[in-house]
Parts: sequence; C-alpha cells; structure tokens
Amino acid sequence: MARSIWKGPFVDGYLLKKAEAARASTRAEVIKIWSRRSTILPQFVGLTFGVYNGHKHVPVNVTEDMIGHKFGEFSPTRTFHGHAADKKARRG
Amino acid sequence: MARIAGVNIPTNKRVIIALQYIHGIGPKKAEEICEKVGIPSERRVVDLTDAEVLQIRETIDRDYVVEGDLRREVAINIKRLMDLGCYRGLRHRRQLPVRGQRTHTNARTRKGKAKPIAGKKK
Repeated sequence: MARSIWKGPFVDGYLLKKAEAARASTRAEVIKIWSRRSTILPQFVGLTFGVYNGHKHVPVNVTEDMIGHKFGEFSPTRTFHGHAADKKARRG
Repeated sequence: MARIAGVNIPTNKRVIIALQYIHGIGPKKAEEICEKVGIPSERRVVDLTDAEVLQIRETIDRDYVVEGDLRREVAINIKRLMDLGCYRGLRHRRQLPVRGQRTHTNARTRKGKAKPIAGKKK
C-alpha cells in the first residue's frame, strides 16, 4: 500500500537543518544520521550521509536516482558471509 | 492465423482468451482491448475480419507496452535497483526474495531447486 500523496514524504525534521548546514559549510563532510526511516529528498543530492546500521555509520553518497528511497535501504543491518562448511563433513 | 504484437499467433480461441497469450496482457487488458475495438466476447480469432485484426494491432501498439518492450522495461527497473546499491538491489543480486519473505524455509521460487548440503545428515 502506497503512502497518501497529501501527507507528503516523511523526513525527520532535523535532517533538513543538518543538510542545510552542510551545504553552507564548504567542506564536504559525512553527515552522521540515525534516521533510517527518512525519505531521501531532492535537496539531499550530492551530500554524503553516514547512515547508522546499528553498528556504524555507513557512508552513502546520495545521487539523483536515490530520491524517493529511504536512507535505511542503503545501509544493510545484517551481515551474512555464507554458512561455514559442516564440521563433520570436513572430517569425513 | 493472426499475428498480433510480433510473434504471437493465438489459436481459434475466443479473442479475450487469445489476447492473453501476449506477454503483458492479462484478463483485464484483454477485456479493455475488446471493448475499445468493439468485439463481442464470444467472437473467436478465426472469425475476425482483417480490419478488426488491424484495429486490435493498432490499439495494442498505441496504448500498451507488451512483449520485448515490457521485458526490457522490467529488466531496466531491476538493473536500476542493483546499480543503486539499495537493499532491494542486493536481494536481486543474490537471487533472494525482495519483499521481506522468510528464507529459513520456502522461497524456492527465487532460490531454485533445493541443493543438498554436504554432510548435513550424519
């Protein structure tokens, strides 16, 4: 079920302020955020965000294609390196 | 024999049914097309006049994305997700279910036939 249009995209308010501040300061810096639930807006394009995945801030360079997605989509929360081979099988 | 939208040659079935042999046309769109062209539902493909076949062909060309074009569009959409590096893209890359289904069991449509795990049974 899609979100109603009249609500507009959901963004945590403080992100807008942070993004603006980052734009104002000339140095390109990773903006640390915890708000994985926020939608990526057009004014975030070109900035780099460190999106928290419960462990560390994953740097996400926002491009035009990402508009409309959520920040959390770009910062995986699970690590899976495949199953280790079974011990018994290795011995045998 | 009627060729509509490229390679499709639906048989002597009813038009609504025959149109669904085209990739990208299901019950809903088949009904819409028949309505636009003005073909009664019980008409069969063999009984269509050349003009009607032409009309169907034009309607599909004009209003619907079917077959190769549709497949290409879908593939491009998936490729976009994969290149973007978002979660859904990762799931596509790994051939795992994209929409949050469980993978502990099932998910065989995406994972393919079950592969035996060496040494699982004693």
